[in-house]
Amino acid sequence: MKKGEAWASPFLSESDFLSCSMSADQFLQYLLAGLSQGSVYALVGLGFTIIYAVTRIINFAQGEFVMLGGMLSFTLGVSAGLPLAVAAILSIVITAIIGAIMYLLAIRTAKRASVISLIIITIGASIFIRGIAGTKEMWGVDAVRPLPFTGSESIGILGAYIQPQVLWVIGAAVLVTVLLQLFLTRTVVGKALKACAVNPQAAVLVGINIKTMALIAFILAAALGGIGGVVMAPWTMMSYHSGFMIGLKGFVAASIGGFKSPIATVIGGILIGVVENMVVGINYGPFTSQYMDVWGLVVLLAILLIRSGRLASEEA
Amino acid sequence: MQKYLKHSLALILVVALIAISGINCGPEEQQEPEKETYKVGALFSTTGAASNLGVPEKNTVQMMVDEINAAGGVNGHPLQVIIYDDETNSDRCATMANRLIEQDQVLAIVGPTTSGNSLSILDIVTTAKIPLVSCAASIQIVTPVAERYWIFKTPQADKEAVAETYAYLQDEGYSKIAIITATSGFGAGGRDILLADAAAYGLTIVDDQVFDEGDTSMQSQLTHIKGTDAEAVVCWSTDKEGAMVARDMSTLNMEIPLFCSHGIANRAFIDQAGEAANGVIFPAGKLLFVDEVPDTDPQKDTLVSYRDSYEALYGAGTVNTFGGHAYDALSMVVMALEDLEEGLSLAESRAAIRDSLEQITNFAGTGGVFTMSPTDHLGMQPGSLAMIEIVDGEWTWLQ
Amino acid sequence: MLARLISKWPYLIMAVLLIVLILLPFDWFPGKYTTLMIFIGISTMVTVGLCLLMGYTGQVSLGQAAFFGCGAYISGVFSKYYSVNPWLAMLIAAAVTGVFAYVIGYPILRLRGNYLALATLAIGVIVWIILRNEGPGGPDGFSGIPALSIGGFAFDTSFKRYFLVWGFCLATLFISQNIVRSRSGRALRAIHGSEAAAESIGINVAQFKVKIFVLSAVYASLAGSLFAHHLRHISPQTFDAMASVKLVVMAVIGGLASVWGAIFGAGTTRLLSDEILVRYHVLSGWDIPIYGLILVLVMIFMPQGLFVALRSASYWLRYNWRELPSITKGIYERKVLRLRSGGVQS
Repeated sequence: MKKGEAWASPFLSESDFLSCSMSADQFLQYLLAGLSQGSVYALVGLGFTIIYAVTRIINFAQGEFVMLGGMLSFTLGVSAGLPLAVAAILSIVITAIIGAIMYLLAIRTAKRASVISLIIITIGASIFIRGIAGTKEMWGVDAVRPLPFTGSESIGILGAYIQPQVLWVIGAAVLVTVLLQLFLTRTVVGKALKACAVNPQAAVLVGINIKTMALIAFILAAALGGIGGVVMAPWTMMSYHSGFMIGLKGFVAASIGGFKSPIATVIGGILIGVVENMVVGINYGPFTSQYMDVWGLVVLLAILLIRSGRLASEEA
Repeated sequence: MQKYLKHSLALILVVALIAISGINCGPEEQQEPEKETYKVGALFSTTGAASNLGVPEKNTVQMMVDEINAAGGVNGHPLQVIIYDDETNSDRCATMANRLIEQDQVLAIVGPTTSGNSLSILDIVTTAKIPLVSCAASIQIVTPVAERYWIFKTPQADKEAVAETYAYLQDEGYSKIAIITATSGFGAGGRDILLADAAAYGLTIVDDQVFDEGDTSMQSQLTHIKGTDAEAVVCWSTDKEGAMVARDMSTLNMEIPLFCSHGIANRAFIDQAGEAANGVIFPAGKLLFVDEVPDTDPQKDTLVSYRDSYEALYGAGTVNTFGGHAYDALSMVVMALEDLEEGLSLAESRAAIRDSLEQITNFAGTGGVFTMSPTDHLGMQPGSLAMIEIVDGEWTWLQ
Repeated sequence: MLARLISKWPYLIMAVLLIVLILLPFDWFPGKYTTLMIFIGISTMVTVGLCLLMGYTGQVSLGQAAFFGCGAYISGVFSKYYSVNPWLAMLIAAAVTGVFAYVIGYPILRLRGNYLALATLAIGVIVWIILRNEGPGGPDGFSGIPALSIGGFAFDTSFKRYFLVWGFCLATLFISQNIVRSRSGRALRAIHGSEAAAESIGINVAQFKVKIFVLSAVYASLAGSLFAHHLRHISPQTFDAMASVKLVVMAVIGGLASVWGAIFGAGTTRLLSDEILVRYHVLSGWDIPIYGLILVLVMIFMPQGLFVALRSASYWLRYNWRELPSITKGIYERKVLRLRSGGVQS
């Protein structure tokens, strides 16, 4: 796009036509890239889903939990030199604690606030967390990169190459989803959480303390975000403002999951990731890397509108 | 009673807000603009996407102000530089520019950091008739000169950086390249020039990919490039994304070399790319290899003294060309201030500074040797950039 | 006599504010807030539309900045590249944006709550990406947009543009206030209360929602055009996803229940970020967390927004201003006595 000239908008150009075809290992490469990015979105989406299901709040600070997980694992693992496992677990724990603090200080004190006020509160909290992370006293403006778990030699799989850390990301997402499902269906606390999600008033009637459940939901969501950050940061680096876009994509993933089903959320996240990367691979017309983010959102809009018929009876 | 206290709280809050802003606006009024303290404004992107560029610029300016004032100021006048962060956002940049011009009533403005923000305040600065010395790359900032009467800039033009890179590629025998650029103003501007100038150096661009600043992986774009017969990859972005491109190329086992823009002239690039940084070649100013610069080079003294002062304050190995651009910009403003007559009004002072800036000749800065003129508000000769290769995590000069 | 004057205090305050508004851009007025107030005026226009949309129909829109961007870009492009009269360009921009909002309105507004928020967010991001990629100048945006003018009189200084912007702003505020007080306003509130109930008494809910959505889009478009012709430069960064979020924040802080809340929200938010916190920015970026903290605190203690909180505070003041000294004394005595007697209740 030349500056200063009267502009026309060329969506197509001759070279695009030629690069439309894709070889098998290229396809696999794009697919793997999509799976790994999608796993991150899925983890974030799970956090959104849990909080929303139990408290009906959209937690805009979800992306910041991811950022915190990543930044903390750098500080603990690299700057402080703690062993990898310790640094990782400690980062997740600290992030979970921050989530708890955020709930207790910001959410619980806002008694009987409207949903939109609570959303603004989470926005304020996310700005606060992001801002603190960006001050000179904390991490400043530079991006950081914790050590990869198992080295950074790329692994070849059938002609496609990935970093080993990517396998950790996908693995973490799978493991977390399975554990979460077990937690929600097999343990008492998990079932109580689900009860709150299904019908808060009935849950109160059977003796479940909603406030405690909300606290647990926040802790869980923060931990999920922290796990996402810990596994993702060695692969993609993290800086104080990484949280926003990740949170946005995770929000999209959670919406595809209807803010209810963890499995659907994960599928949603992976779908977005794969769509985005496939678009780059096609590289034809409006399906180029420039419009990568658009197509994920278009898929989302399509899903929303198709479902809006069924959603018409659901309360806001 | 609780409820009423809460409401009084609201009232008190509002009154406090007004009071605070009132206190802040008070002292501003009393000061005459051009008496004792010389006030210069600075707009840097110390947060946001360009923060890796803006922070060293701000550090440099603060360091210079301390040094100058410790030495007695400019002709006895203390120097005050009011630095605002534009958050890499052109709306914010314009707001802050207006604030500097109207409220703080500064004599000149240094910055902004990015090409996009610089372009966004051109009209404001021209209408307000205040000189601006930008620290951004795009050549559009100072051309066409007739319309850029009040605007100067210090970094080498992006056109120059592309020319150096392409010349090197041509000398080394490359003919097919792929380009991958950021969608930021800097990246997009670079892309335009890369596309336009390739043929002149016998280069064919076989693939043209872009990525966003917020992207976590460029693997898909690079996979596409890998599928073409490109002999080299040219990446135009700043350090964070550049590092990711380098690492992704290494992950994908891409054998072809990576060339980058002068936007990665920063230790952060090496830190973040790790092993993958080795072998990357890019054009940069001489600040990156100060010790290897021959003593006969007119810039040598400036380079050494800037490097030593900066690293003494901020740590070894932290010097980078972006801080250098701010150094050059503020140095030129200070030179203009030294020639400033006493007793001029604000408007006259600004005009006088502009005129002085335009007459700067053979100023040996960190980026190059500057000679401004009415037809050239960048004033740099070709050859201010050199090609650098990263070897074992260090910058080495390819002569 | 004094009592009667004080009892009419809402009008007094409004008169004072109006006088301040008119006198503010003059050079001899203390403080140089002209540019700040121009931005507040522009933000207010968008926020009013958002307040109507969110406050009266309960529809959350996280993509309002996209309409702003549309208005700015269309107006800028037409007036710069096709030499169209800027006023006409503004109208074209408003019309195009309105049609766009109408077209996407019907399908989108069938969604509820969070899904609607997400859909508007998605559309906002899509528009932003399209304008960023295809708009002239790409991510840098473009300059050289001509200023508005009437005949030979060009709005080329901040002083003149101040009155232009605030003229528009006050006009939108009055129009909105009229809407709120009219039958349409009551219909809107009925919809906010319960869509099913509103439907059952014959209100065409879908149509109303779309109308308000289109109106808010047109407001945003006009504000965007004014912005473009003021700054004479427009870039996509001005209306990214974060910008939409900030607009919602402005609306909620001001208070969704009232049109005047828009001024409060836009005013205090801008004042905070542009005036007050800039002082703290020298402390290596602590202004961002402070901004977030203030946001959280305001929402916790004044969830209905500043305007409502202020209004109830002032009502309380109005009725109890005579007792203020004794109340203060009472609080003082209770607190001090408590401290002095070592914690024994008074």
